[in-house]
Amino acid sequence: MQNTAYQDRKSAADQKPTADTAVLLRIIKLALRYRVRVAFAVGATIAAAIFQLMIPPLLGSAVDNALGLLSGGGVVAEDARSALVRAALLLLGASVLRGVFTLLHNYNGEAIGHLLAYDLRLAFYGKLQNLSFSFHDRVHTGELITRGMLDLDGVRMFVNTGLLRLVLLTILIGFGAYLLISTDIWLGLLSLSFVPFVAWRSSIARLRLRTLWLTLQERMANLGQIMDENLTGIRVVRAFGAEPYEIEKYDAASEEAMAVAEERIKTRVSSTTVMSYAYFMSMGLVLWVGGLRVLDGTMTVGTLTVFLTFITILQAPVRQLGLLVNSIARASTCGSRLFDILDLEPTIDDRADAKPVELTEGKVRFDDVSFTYAGEGVLPVLHGVSFEVQRGKTLGIVGPPGSGKSTIAHLLPRYYDPSGGRISIDGQDIRDITLESLRQTVRVVQQDPFLFTASLENNIAYGDPWADDGMIQDAASAAQIDGFVGLLPDGYGTLVGERGVSLSGGQRQRVAIARATMLRSAVLIFDDSTAAIDAETEQRIRESLKPHMANCASIIISHRLGALRHADEIVFLEGGRIVERGTHDTLLAENGRYAALFALQNRDGDTDMALQGVAE
Amino acid sequence: MSSLSETERAAARPPRAVVGSQISMDEEMFGAVFDGGVIRRFLSYVRPYRRSIILALIAVLVFTGAQLSIPLIIRYAIDEAIVSDRADTFRLTIAIAVFGVVITINYAANYLQDRLVGLAGEHVIFDLRRAMFAHLQHVALSFMDKTEIGRMMSRLQGDVNSLQEFLENSITAFGDIVLLFGIVIIMLMLDFKLGLLTLSVVPTLLIVRVIWLPRARVAFRRARETNSITNGALAEGIHAVRTVQGMGRENVNFQLYDDKARENMLAHLRSAKFAQAMIPVVDTLTGAAMGIVIIVGGTQVLDSTLDIGVMVAFLFYVQRFFDPIRSLTIQYSVMQRAMASGQRIFEVLEVPLAISDKPDSIDPAVIDGDIAFNDVTFGYTKNQPILKGVNFEVKRGETVALVGPTGSGKTSITALLHRFYDVWDGAVTIDGHDVRDFAKASLGRHIAMVLQDPFLFTGTIFENICYRTASATREDVERAAKVVGAHDFIMQLPDGYETVLEQQGRNLSLGQRQLLSFARALVADAKILVLDEATANIDSYTERQIQTALSRLLKDRTGIVIAHRLATIRGADRIVVLQQGSIVETGTHDALIAQKGLYARLYALNYASFDDIPDDMLQEALSGPAQT
Repeated sequence: MQNTAYQDRKSAADQKPTADTAVLLRIIKLALRYRVRVAFAVGATIAAAIFQLMIPPLLGSAVDNALGLLSGGGVVAEDARSALVRAALLLLGASVLRGVFTLLHNYNGEAIGHLLAYDLRLAFYGKLQNLSFSFHDRVHTGELITRGMLDLDGVRMFVNTGLLRLVLLTILIGFGAYLLISTDIWLGLLSLSFVPFVAWRSSIARLRLRTLWLTLQERMANLGQIMDENLTGIRVVRAFGAEPYEIEKYDAASEEAMAVAEERIKTRVSSTTVMSYAYFMSMGLVLWVGGLRVLDGTMTVGTLTVFLTFITILQAPVRQLGLLVNSIARASTCGSRLFDILDLEPTIDDRADAKPVELTEGKVRFDDVSFTYAGEGVLPVLHGVSFEVQRGKTLGIVGPPGSGKSTIAHLLPRYYDPSGGRISIDGQDIRDITLESLRQTVRVVQQDPFLFTASLENNIAYGDPWADDGMIQDAASAAQIDGFVGLLPDGYGTLVGERGVSLSGGQRQRVAIARATMLRSAVLIFDDSTAAIDAETEQRIRESLKPHMANCASIIISHRLGALRHADEIVFLEGGRIVERGTHDTLLAENGRYAALFALQNRDGDTDMALQGVAE
Repeated sequence: MSSLSETERAAARPPRAVVGSQISMDEEMFGAVFDGGVIRRFLSYVRPYRRSIILALIAVLVFTGAQLSIPLIIRYAIDEAIVSDRADTFRLTIAIAVFGVVITINYAANYLQDRLVGLAGEHVIFDLRRAMFAHLQHVALSFMDKTEIGRMMSRLQGDVNSLQEFLENSITAFGDIVLLFGIVIIMLMLDFKLGLLTLSVVPTLLIVRVIWLPRARVAFRRARETNSITNGALAEGIHAVRTVQGMGRENVNFQLYDDKARENMLAHLRSAKFAQAMIPVVDTLTGAAMGIVIIVGGTQVLDSTLDIGVMVAFLFYVQRFFDPIRSLTIQYSVMQRAMASGQRIFEVLEVPLAISDKPDSIDPAVIDGDIAFNDVTFGYTKNQPILKGVNFEVKRGETVALVGPTGSGKTSITALLHRFYDVWDGAVTIDGHDVRDFAKASLGRHIAMVLQDPFLFTGTIFENICYRTASATREDVERAAKVVGAHDFIMQLPDGYETVLEQQGRNLSLGQRQLLSFARALVADAKILVLDEATANIDSYTERQIQTALSRLLKDRTGIVIAHRLATIRGADRIVVLQQGSIVETGTHDALIAQKGLYARLYALNYASFDDIPDDMLQEALSGPAQT
């Protein structure tokens, strides 16, 4: 299985991204699940834009009132004053409404994003939980976590920073442009002269920054890896006196990252500052040309104020054009990465007519089973393996590394499907059984079990969270872990796992044994699951599991022959084929590979077998 | 367990199940906003860039000045060049020319400020990270032993980044404060009364802020926390997917994850409410301030006590006025985060350095490899010696196996030889010279170590075998690999010696990694070899290879082996049995068996590895003769 890592690189990561627009449409469709809210948000956005646009004319008319009435003469001061008050109140009203609608626009935009993210999160989690082992073998966990976190965020933000902002900016810039141009076409065009320049600059900068950003991420990741490995391997570093070498290695990576970081800042700074320069330039032009017009008497000071204020209001949205483009680009990239996963179907799934298993004799059969891991040019792992295990009987499997022992443990619960032959339980092909009932029937104790950061009892009761204390304690005592639990400060409530009390390899394996045996399943497979447990304890576990094993078909995979001696049948696997089979005694008598391995283990004094075997 | 009974049982009591870590991953502290000590230390890293920073500060002042003067120029243009009696094109042209100059200065200052601060920020951050990294290369190993790598990494990356954010923001904050004061001063100068009236809305904003901030912060924090909880659960689901499927926990886990994701969504909705709540407040106050300007200012204009240009300038300033206030409140949380990060970073930099070289340290080109421990006493904690008066010698070319129960001091002996720590009393010598007289680099060259966990770096197999020995050629590496028996499996890998090891060699078996670490020690070609044998159970096939490799490795070298396996122990020239920091027996395997002491009793327990011996039996063996 180690080799598949090299051969099967066509992971989801490399799949062709779906067309951009299709992805965006799909995101919009998902957002439309909340159509009332979406309608509300769009309405609020439009209202916010309108009120924002009302402010400059109001200011302008106020200025005109203040000035015009003064110079007009002959007007009653009372009228002028009330006109001012009216303008001020309108302005206040417009500001309040603009604020309220901006709130509604932003809040609803964010809310839809979070609702959408919630839906996607569940879909993603559910999908990953159900995708087959072969998928998880191929795709790196870090890659999946990135998709579930960063890519999901990219899609989430699209609603507010992409979709709604697009509506807002279209109205602000479009309608504003219309207003200005209709007021005065040349001055209007002049006020907007910076818009195309800024849009052009920001899209160039975005492309460049995106590349730089990706490179920087990569180089920082590289630097992070160097630091992480240095700290993890600090003893090796010290042992070889390699500190200077390590610092050199670090400096090289750091300088590489630094160069990109500098480049990024330079690019960003030169583009943002030149954009605001362009903005001020059109403001200056408006002031100049507008001023000349006022001097000509073809324009009022108030109109000029409208233009100047309007430019002020446009400053923010125009700067946001860059962000908008960025958000859309990000959403389409992120969305396609996310949908690639969501659209996958597990390769191993229930058949349409799958039924729960019907247990009668509790007999497991392998008929001429072959298996090849996915990928090109991969050699088959199992060739025509056949055996049978009855309830109450034990099959032992032994063989050199890579001989296919663990594959057998993976095929029975359908972690993978065989490429040839048939596996059955009580005559029913396991592919005709529902996965749920199959996996309840077949339990595998893994060699390197995963401990969850949770209490010990939660870990033991992982397969049946409703188990009562008695069941948990019985399982723990059968697995010989209860003594250790007694020494822990919080007993079964003690937090274990990555961030809890750390357990030794042997203790972890005992938890795994308790976890699997508590479930009282009809087929039990021990996949080299006592390798880190000392021989004496292993013996005790075997003793205490006896009543349980009498009620199930068990398969024990081990390289320690002591664990297999009492098996009803032992098969010796080599290169994926069964090359010897029999009981311990007949195999010894055969004087073949099994006997040789037995002798090897004896001579080394490498296992308990050495002395036990001699003593008997 | 049918789904019906599952529901019934679920109704009876909640499942004994959780997803994700039950401890918050968020290490963020919410401490002081200002910590003089942190600022002082941080400034010492900024000092090399002080010219940039000073220049940037000047640029900020110029930039803010330009920003402030733009409305004034507009005012002048309107009042003097457009509206007034003296209005003419010439004045307007002058005003526009001045405007052009000011915006150019504004641009230049803006560019200079952002660029200088940005670059200096990056440099300071890279310097700081490097300082931490370099410091960690030399701190006492005992510190590294106690430190969780993940936490250290989050200091090297996360904390450093939040300081960068702080540095960049603090310059902006400086600009904001200058801008704020500038606007206030200019408004008051233009028209004191109108200015005062306009500013009267500010206290309202401050009061609203004071009420809003603590609640909002709780909501923001909750949103961040639920984020990390949900992501933690996702990560666990991915890491443990095989166990989840094997145990059929998909449905239960999905429900549990749903709860977390829902909580996360709700926390975000709440935090979004708070984040947006300030918008109408600020907009209303801006509207109110503009209203004041229009009514009061407009009336004054009508009364001819105020120029219309002043009123227009006021309207401009009011619109800009609230920006700095808004961004300054954001600075608050940045500051808070930066102080917490700074504390954590400087905590690391304050960890005392381990041992450094003597000024006249020796660095011999060749050594013979005679080792002696003379009456060595040593411990990690005061008054708790791990080694008590240990005396033994290893002659050149000899192999000594250290044997004893956990905690007997075996590892400390190897650590002292390499001078990872200094002895309390007595001396460790190599060729008669105290190890404290050697240069550390010299010890690194003459002593090769193979550690229990065969650590490999990401990189090719070739690079891993050379490691620090840059002079090693392909021939040297292949020869070493052949000697330890790793050549065959290396050649079977897709790219042979150029195969890249991913994730620290997880694509190799433990046995194969061990053989590579042997090859690495061989290429280093040191006279003394210290080996801490792996305790993990390895299959018999690889085990044989390792034993063969070991005997070749130890040939013609002085070897100290912390041995766990009987096979290794029996292969040693001499066995040193340790118990509670003292040597209790020494001799060959046969001699020690004949002696019927601790070694004989341990041996009689029939364990392949002494580490396997259960505690109760070990205690028995330690306390007295075995029953047999």
